[in-house]
Amino acid sequence: MFQTADMLRVFQAHRGDAIVVPGRGARHWAQISTRPNRDVPVGDPAMGGHAGFALGLALARPADRIVLFDSEGDLLMSLGILATVAELAPANFYHFMLENECYATTGGQPVPNAKNVAYDVIARGAGYPRALAFDKLEDFEASLPSILAQPGPVFAALKVVPEVENVPIGQRVRWQTRTRDRVLADLRAELGVAR
Amino acid sequence: MAPTQDAQLSPQLVLDEMKKNGVTHVVWLPDSETNFLYQLMQADPSLQLVPVSREGLAFSIAAGLATGGQTPAILIQNTGLMESGDSLRGWAIGLQIPVVMMVGYRGWTRHGVNADSAATYTERFLNAFGITYYLVETSADAPRISIAFEEARRTQRPVAVLMADEYHGFNR
Repeated sequence: MFQTADMLRVFQAHRGDAIVVPGRGARHWAQISTRPNRDVPVGDPAMGGHAGFALGLALARPADRIVLFDSEGDLLMSLGILATVAELAPANFYHFMLENECYATTGGQPVPNAKNVAYDVIARGAGYPRALAFDKLEDFEASLPSILAQPGPVFAALKVVPEVENVPIGQRVRWQTRTRDRVLADLRAELGVAR
Repeated sequence: MAPTQDAQLSPQLVLDEMKKNGVTHVVWLPDSETNFLYQLMQADPSLQLVPVSREGLAFSIAAGLATGGQTPAILIQNTGLMESGDSLRGWAIGLQIPVVMMVGYRGWTRHGVNADSAATYTERFLNAFGITYYLVETSADAPRISIAFEEARRTQRPVAVLMADEYHGFNR
C-alpha cells in the first residue's frame, strides 16, 4: 500500500495537459496540481458516478486525455460502467482506481469482500484491453510512463492507505478552493465550451 | 378499433426532433416503448449511442458529455428513472445539466386506471424532483419534444418527455 498523496505527486510529473477528474483524491490533488483549470474536482454529486462523468468527458473531448482517479466504493456501485467503457473504448480514457478496502469517508467500514476483490481482473473481464494493479509505489512509478504512452482505455487499481474520517461531516475541514459551479465554469472556459 | 397511423407515434419524427435540437449522444438502456427508435438511431451516423447497464449511470455520463460541450439525450424507461433518483439529483440537477430525458412510460393508460405501479409513481416521482415533463403519445405530440429541449437549455435543468406509446408505434 502507498499514500494517495505520494501517488498523486508521482502522477503530477507525467500529467502533461490531461484533464483530471480527481474523485476522492481531490483533497490532495488540490495541493499538488499546477493546472487547476484542467482539474474537475466535483466532489461527490452522487456516489458511483465518477467513472460515468469521466467517460462522458472523454467522449466529448476525444482530443484531450482524460485521467480519472476513481475509488472502489464508487466503482462497486456501478460495475456496469466497465462494460460501457470497454465497448466504446475511448483511446483518451485513463481509469485509475484508489483501493483502500473501506469506505473511508464514513468511518472506515470495509467494502464488501474488501481484501479479496481483484478489480483489474473484473476490468479485464469487462473488456478493457489493459488492466493492471499496483501495491507498491515504485512499481507504479516505473510503469506510469508506459501506461500513459499507450492509448486507452486502461484500468489500474492502486492499493492506497485508508484515510479514515470519523468527524461528523459538518465539522470537517473544507479543502475545496472552488465551488462546484466555479470548477465547471473554469473547465468550460479552459476548453472554450460555451454554456 | 385499431389505432390509425396518426394515432401512433412515429419513431422517425422523434429522431428528427432530437436531431433538430442538436443531440450528439444518446445515453440509453433499452425499453419496450422505444425499441423501434433504437433501430433508427443505430443507422444514423450523426448520433453516438452510449449503452448503459443501469439507468443511474446515464446521468453522470450525460453530465460529462454536456460539460465537455456535447448535447446528450437520455433514453430510459420510467422504472429505471425511479431507480436513478440520487444520480438524477446529484449529477443532472446538481450540476445544472440541460438534458432531455426521453422516458418510456410503462403502464400508461389514457383512462387513468392502470395495473402497473410503474405508471402510478412516474409523475409523482418527477414532481418530487421538480422536473417538468411533457407527455408524447402520438405523432401530433412530437413538437413537445422541442419544447422540452428549449426548456432544458433555458433553465439549465433536466426535463422529461414521457413516451407513452408502448406496443403501438414504437414496437411494431
